[in-house]
Amino acid sequence: MRKRVYFFTVRAGLRLPAFRDKRSLAPALLPGPLCSLSSGYFLLPMDFTTFLIQVLNGVQYGFMLFLVASGLTLIFGIMGIINLAHGAFYMIGAYLVYWLMGITDNLFVSITAAIAIMLVIGLAIERFAISFLYHRDHLHQVLLTYGLILIFNEMQKILWGSDFYSVRVPEILSGSVRLTETLVYPHYRLFISFMCMLVAAGMYFVIGRTKLGMIIRAGASNREMTRALGINIGWNFALVFSLGAALAGFAGMIGAPVSSVYPGMGNQILIISFVVIVIGGIGSVKGAFVGAMLIGLADTFGQVLFPEFAAMIVYLLMAFVLMWRPQGLFGKPA
Amino acid sequence: MTHSKPLVFLLLLGVFGLAAFPFAGSEFYTELAVRLMILGIFAMSLDLLIGYTGLVSFGHAAFFGLAGYVLAIITPESAPVSIWFALLACLAASALAALAIGWICVRTSGVYFIMITLAFAQMLYYFFNENTALGSSDGIFIYHKPTVNIGSFQLLDLDNAHTFYYFTLASLVLVYLLLSTFLKAPFGRVIRGIKANEARTMALGFNTRRYKLVSFIISGTLAGFAGFLEATFSGFVSPAHLGWHESGLILMTVILGGIGTLYGPVLGAFAMGLMEDSFQDMTDHWLLLMGVFVIAVVLFLPNGIAGLGARGAKLLSGVFRPSGGGTNPPAAKNKIPGEEP
Repeated sequence: MRKRVYFFTVRAGLRLPAFRDKRSLAPALLPGPLCSLSSGYFLLPMDFTTFLIQVLNGVQYGFMLFLVASGLTLIFGIMGIINLAHGAFYMIGAYLVYWLMGITDNLFVSITAAIAIMLVIGLAIERFAISFLYHRDHLHQVLLTYGLILIFNEMQKILWGSDFYSVRVPEILSGSVRLTETLVYPHYRLFISFMCMLVAAGMYFVIGRTKLGMIIRAGASNREMTRALGINIGWNFALVFSLGAALAGFAGMIGAPVSSVYPGMGNQILIISFVVIVIGGIGSVKGAFVGAMLIGLADTFGQVLFPEFAAMIVYLLMAFVLMWRPQGLFGKPA
Repeated sequence: MTHSKPLVFLLLLGVFGLAAFPFAGSEFYTELAVRLMILGIFAMSLDLLIGYTGLVSFGHAAFFGLAGYVLAIITPESAPVSIWFALLACLAASALAALAIGWICVRTSGVYFIMITLAFAQMLYYFFNENTALGSSDGIFIYHKPTVNIGSFQLLDLDNAHTFYYFTLASLVLVYLLLSTFLKAPFGRVIRGIKANEARTMALGFNTRRYKLVSFIISGTLAGFAGFLEATFSGFVSPAHLGWHESGLILMTVILGGIGTLYGPVLGAFAMGLMEDSFQDMTDHWLLLMGVFVIAVVLFLPNGIAGLGARGAKLLSGVFRPSGGGTNPPAAKNKIPGEEP
């Protein structure tokens, strides 16, 4: 390992004309041993199984982020609305499942019921608040949705208080896969990834292959023309918004048994989701997927390898992407 | 940024009102007023970006909090530092941070600008939040207020509440004058041109990116100044000072007051502070009322308080002027506060 990194650094250095001079080669040589030492130091304790577990965790986190971020990016791409309250939907979803679990004691029933409630909440918010802002400045949208966050967070405190709650993993999924003698991977985490994959595939199908998806795409690329073709764009917006709310809520619901339910959980995921869609390019669902996976893996590995800087890594990644491509990976150039 | 006569009169009235306040108000309200004046300086600095340059920063608290941390770092536990050194260090740190962050941020625009400023502020937030040497999430105390000495002669004693009040008031007025001077200068015209139409401003031969960067640095430095005052006043700084809640709050303050007016954000700061104070008296769940208030402002008061003044004055001018009469447009003669010529 050490030798190879050294070798590549030297080769890369030699290819650049500026490094032909022996003296200016020195700074290029320096990172070689440093890199190999540091990567050896950090990667050595990680054997293949641990590595695999981290990859699975990263992918699962990435899928969860994708559910939240895809709603956010659709709402922005199609309606032109920056929805800061999107993280609150994630939180509401989690709390709804916690509350419904107390009544039904069945995770699947709770999630189904909670999704229905989320759709209604999303619809109501779009009709009574967001729909007044379509012609306004981004500034006003940011502000109004900031106000919504304050309201939702406080409602949560009134209804459920500021305690941490946990949601039980259902019996069928409580087992785990045995990877080695000592390491196991819980079924429920695999289930999360699987469900998210299903939802992502479903979204891909609906947006790419159905008439509804055609209308949504048309609305995103040219609002006026779509309206001129006789399509009620207002209801289209309402639908997209409530679907986005339900997606974010679903992420909160399905993640509740793993992450537990606590105040402020929405704010955390909101900021990360913004990083995701900015990296992917605002308005692009494909970008949201790639961004979510990048962030999911970077964050998971960051926490294992550089625990002190883990929280900063995702923002650094975003800064680098934006320096290189200001419109994000899959964004349309402004 | 030209001032009409009634506006100058009203502003002077406001300053005199504030100057007389410590004699009338209780200790609690005097302290609140100091806090709100500091918030006003912070809000004005952001208004330079939002209202005049057209850049919506959602991470402005980064500079505010950073200056506070710098003050905390350079103040030893045993003795106070000189204000000249402290001020220089705080302002230089926030200016440098603004240069580094702005250099990347001004390459983007619109929503991306909002998000990337947020991301950088969060980066700093986590840096201080996870730094155990700086008290991590609990924050850090500043044991002594800086001394204001010339040689060995003590000019001001900032530990005295009244002295600090007037020191803050003077700072508020100075920052206002400084910003309005900047805006009157050719620089101000260029950045307003950028807000109105960046492509045309570029076509006129201005390096708009450089102007945006300078505006960002000035704004960040002044936010750092506000942060310095806040840290000096409260003797405490925590990661929450640079969190996104703080950034959202200050954004809210500027919009509530009315963007692009400079004095509007100060009004906004006072309105917010008084609102918060009365809501907190009413109920424990005052944030709920705050949220409703924020939404009401967006829906019914899109131009802020300063805009409300303008609307009221327009209505009045309609009452005093018989309809159909007069050759000059009504707004031209009745200069109203809050309306730019």
